[in-house]
Amino acid sequence: MAKPDALDRGQEAWLQALALGAVLPHLAFAPTWLAVCALSLLGGRGLLWWQRRPLPPTWLLTLLVLAAGLTVFLSFQRLLGRDPGIALLLCLTCLKLFESKRRRDGLTLVFLAWFLQLGLFFYSQSMATAALSTANLLLSVTTLGVLCHGKRPPFFILALSGRMLLQAIPLMLVLFLLFPRVQGPLWGLPLDAFSAASGLSDSMAPGSIARLTLSDAIAFRVKFDTAAPPQDRLYWRGPVLSHYDGRTWHPAISSAAPELAYPLVPADRYAYTVTLEPHNQPWLFALEFPDRLPTASLMSSDFRLLARQVVQTRLRYALSSRPGMPVGGQESGQVLRESLALPEGFNPRTRALAKAWRSPDAATALRQALTFFRGNGFIYTLEPPLLGQDAVDEFIFGSRRGFCEHFSGAFVFLMRAAGVPARVVTGYQGGGINPVDGFLEVRQADAHAWAEVWIAGRGWHRVDPTAAANPARVTTGLASAVPQGEALPLALRPGWLRTWRWRWDAVGNGWNQWILGYNPVRQHQLLERLGLPNADWRSLTALLTAGSSLLMLALLVWALRKTETTDPAQRAWQHLSRKLARHGLQRQAQEGPLDYCRRVVQARPELRADMATITALYIACRYGDKPKQCHCLTRAVAALRIR
Amino acid sequence: MAVRAALDRWLFRVPAREAAPIVLVQRRIFVLPTGGGLAFGGALLLILTGSINYNLSLGYALCFLLGSLGLVALLHSFRNLLGLSISLGRTEDVHIGQTARFGLVLGNERKEARYGIHGRLAGGEMSAADIPADGQAVLPLALPAIQRGWLRPGRVTLVTTYPLGLIRAWSYVVPDLACLVYPAPEHPAPPLPWGTGGQGGSRSADAGREDFAGLRPYRTADSLRHIAWKALAGGGPLLTKQFDGEGGSLLTLDWETLPPGMDTEARLSRLTAWLLEARRLGLPCGLSLPGFQREPGGSATHFQDCLKALALYGKA
Repeated sequence: MAKPDALDRGQEAWLQALALGAVLPHLAFAPTWLAVCALSLLGGRGLLWWQRRPLPPTWLLTLLVLAAGLTVFLSFQRLLGRDPGIALLLCLTCLKLFESKRRRDGLTLVFLAWFLQLGLFFYSQSMATAALSTANLLLSVTTLGVLCHGKRPPFFILALSGRMLLQAIPLMLVLFLLFPRVQGPLWGLPLDAFSAASGLSDSMAPGSIARLTLSDAIAFRVKFDTAAPPQDRLYWRGPVLSHYDGRTWHPAISSAAPELAYPLVPADRYAYTVTLEPHNQPWLFALEFPDRLPTASLMSSDFRLLARQVVQTRLRYALSSRPGMPVGGQESGQVLRESLALPEGFNPRTRALAKAWRSPDAATALRQALTFFRGNGFIYTLEPPLLGQDAVDEFIFGSRRGFCEHFSGAFVFLMRAAGVPARVVTGYQGGGINPVDGFLEVRQADAHAWAEVWIAGRGWHRVDPTAAANPARVTTGLASAVPQGEALPLALRPGWLRTWRWRWDAVGNGWNQWILGYNPVRQHQLLERLGLPNADWRSLTALLTAGSSLLMLALLVWALRKTETTDPAQRAWQHLSRKLARHGLQRQAQEGPLDYCRRVVQARPELRADMATITALYIACRYGDKPKQCHCLTRAVAALRIR
Repeated sequence: MAVRAALDRWLFRVPAREAAPIVLVQRRIFVLPTGGGLAFGGALLLILTGSINYNLSLGYALCFLLGSLGLVALLHSFRNLLGLSISLGRTEDVHIGQTARFGLVLGNERKEARYGIHGRLAGGEMSAADIPADGQAVLPLALPAIQRGWLRPGRVTLVTTYPLGLIRAWSYVVPDLACLVYPAPEHPAPPLPWGTGGQGGSRSADAGREDFAGLRPYRTADSLRHIAWKALAGGGPLLTKQFDGEGGSLLTLDWETLPPGMDTEARLSRLTAWLLEARRLGLPCGLSLPGFQREPGGSATHFQDCLKALALYGKA
């Protein structure tokens, strides 16, 4: 016995399509066992549908739900959190398909699909994801329509859903822009809320930076308020590495405070805003050296900018820098001692070379080292040979082929051996202006390592040994510096592809800046631009109410508008009825044209001739084969005079 | 009941009775979320909370788009009833125990069709109709007939949850629907009461070839050519056709001749059964009720008058 709200086969098919659309994008992020399970469940449901077999009994489904919960727990070691939560949601969605017999179950499935949609945004909020979600949303709204009115042809419901979504968009935009934004989280986030992202790490070994340069992913974007500084001043300072164990460079222990770690000196000043991609590290990148700190940031004693928390979401901060400003004139003995330490027993030939350069004046040693790098045929390459135990010796006296980590590491080693305090600084160098939107794009491929030496009386002084060996790296970028034929990321290769890449990145940046990065600060900026400075949630709510009321009014006008019938004969006939209604002779709903004519003539005999003509014309136009006489009818009705 | 009616008049502006055609204007249409619509609101709240907590910009967008969609759906549901014109359709009279069926003609002057308009009488079942663009559809409404006399169902609820099932728009109309409910025919009923009327007349000399006047029970001497074969084939008794001037015993169904112990409804039931039987057999018959007399006759109007008298006996 079919219940009145039992699902028919068409509705079941739509629900399966909906579940498939909601589950498929998640398979890219789900563990293999889950993807296989979800696909087999969806396939199994489809097979049952195709073969018109009955659904499995409730006890079996209950067992399956319990088994899914247990498997999720065993796989993730917990049930709360982002990944296990979404895994459970996926299992429930697939299993709910087996239990959907009535319209209410269908509604539940639509809601589950929306939650999965939200879950997808944890993993990706790219434009492609948004486009996919829009398609899925259309599918879900159509399914709602099919659940409500399954008898209509699917294409009709699809078109109606599309139209309704289009009608909803203006109101959505108002809500999106004006809904008072709160900076989350409202409560503690599970540990896995944000997954790892690529970027500079806090150590440097041969090959660690060269690996990054294979990626043209954006590390951060910069909008300069003024003109951008020249390319060779674009040193974006990241982790500072002082401690060397013979192979890997590590940072020394430093302290951090919410104030600048150096006195300000007049120099060229650049103001800019950085939009940093999440990299799961606490440090921020800034041009050497900032003259003010962004909000909620710290500065370490080795002049790195630090966020108060690990950067897990895209972060925007405004600051200004003075690239030529000397810093660190007064340095502590502890730091200087750390900047001279070398592990015993490594690289004896390099030590011997540097010993010869020792002099009371640090600048002399520095000059000699730079001359050494310039003159001895060092080659800057992305494909350096592997180095052994005495890596610096092998590089300086053997291969002489290396990437920036080889150059900076070897240089700092030389300087320390020559008695000059020195340390490695990693970060990014350069970046390319995107001509489409004017943002400076700094990519992972721009990752770089350089050195700084401490000269008494002057403080820390930046030296880029890579630039000494190959000036092109710093003046024109990586692409022109490495030998022809080496693998380079697409975005760095010249040509029309790069032009398109620029356009695409500009669109992506707009998306990031205005859609994904739309937060309380952006909202504030927008309102300021609209002439509403210092808008708080009260004025926002007022604005929101006004805006949405206006839109609702527009929609209401659409709803209330009268659509006249398209048939001109019908229109003329209605006009006649309206005219006669003023004299108490309105046409009744059931009254045919001849009956109506008779009644009118009975009440107003003087209209006999006119009514006969009009009725004959109407019958000819509407039921006969003389649609061309419609204008005669329209005119006759218009000319009718009733006293 | 009186309180409910007063509340309806005040809150939902339900008039006492309206003349057709009734056109639904905006202030007569009410909208509220359905159960599914409330669940939809709850789901949106969850999505919004998640988006705030995890700073998911696209989550906000999803939530706001769905919320706006809900409002758009509300307008669509509202618009589905707006401007609907309602007039009276065909109504068939019924006997007690049958289902009274009222047709409500729904007219649509828009160039888009209106789908999924449901209607219900108080105490009746829900039925649905789709109205084509610039056209009409009949919404069948049904109500079990329980009481003799005029059945006036009063208020009709017109409902639509189109297009998404999240919002219910409804309106109350009170078209002048009416249906006459006849007494239930007694079953099984005793045979027709021949001769009890006592109106047998003298035989005319020239019996036979004149105009057909009626039927009388068969007597052994009657010509085979005068037997009412049609009535016999219909399962009736053996009857002989009588012709004008013949003055056969005419059938009159008389309240007074029924056994004195019978109550009013049982009497009406039996008289109705006889009346129907006579009609089925094509026999002219009269009806005599206290306050109602009708000579024997065979026309449809006569039959209707008699049934109406039975239905309204004792009612104002």
